[in-house]
Amino acid sequence: MDAMTTRRPPVDHIVRTRDLYSSLGHDPYRWVRNDGSPPWTELRKPLRECRVGLVGSGGVYRAGQVAFHHRDDISLRVIDTSVPVSELRTSHFAYDQTDARIDPNVVFPVDTLHTLVAEGVIGELSPRAYAFMGGIYSARRVRDVLAPEISRRLAEDQVDLALLVPV
Amino acid sequence: MGLIARRVEADGIPTTSLTSALSITRSVDPPRAVFLDYPLGHTAGKAKDPEQQREVVAAALAAVDELEQPGAVKMLPYRWSRDDDWKRETMLGGDARSHRSSSPEYQCEADRALAVAAGDCPTCVFL
Repeated sequence: MDAMTTRRPPVDHIVRTRDLYSSLGHDPYRWVRNDGSPPWTELRKPLRECRVGLVGSGGVYRAGQVAFHHRDDISLRVIDTSVPVSELRTSHFAYDQTDARIDPNVVFPVDTLHTLVAEGVIGELSPRAYAFMGGIYSARRVRDVLAPEISRRLAEDQVDLALLVPV
Repeated sequence: MGLIARRVEADGIPTTSLTSALSITRSVDPPRAVFLDYPLGHTAGKAKDPEQQREVVAAALAAVDELEQPGAVKMLPYRWSRDDDWKRETMLGGDARSHRSSSPEYQCEADRALAVAAGDCPTCVFL
């Protein structure tokens, strides 16, 4: 078996985006930079008793739902987690969706979470998961509109823990 | 997604975030993150590899018990391929983003027909 080569450092997506925008003649994108300690909430029960909520930004929708548009769409899709993954689709303006369309679990791990419930690693998967299309240009709209909406729904679903899967 | 993690956590629900974009995660600074050093679009593991997907997602969940420092990032050991040439190709890659229009972009035309036939979409939340 061939040996692994030396590992290169992770791709710096901030630099990559800056270079891309600059090559297109756009102003540099200003990423959110949060200083100071992030908020913190302790888990209130053992993982094996937790109801887990899933939120993914890979642009997943279910066949029958309206797909995302690619002009700053900040809408949400509520996905029933009993859905067969064969009914999940993706629509996203920015990443290569080839593998996500072959196996949606790579960006929206519903089968994976069902496996972890069956193994007793987590208590249950919330019946509702939430999907949107990441890469939203306006941090303000995410902070003021999308984030509170997702947070409110997760609280309503009484999840003990949220697993967030960005793309 | 980091902004969402921070809001959900501030509202009283613990979060754990997978990520394949380390610099963005460090900048936005969610409460807990688990880094998988893969090309974008595989945040929860490789396609058709349920065993690896299971390990990646289990590692993300376990981080809630393991990480004690707000903003900590747990690094996963997996490599995408034997060499890391894909990283150079990613940096050199041009603009592969799709044209921005405000009509829905369906994965396939059959989905459009299904959505149109369904009419109102009660599980679509337009904000």
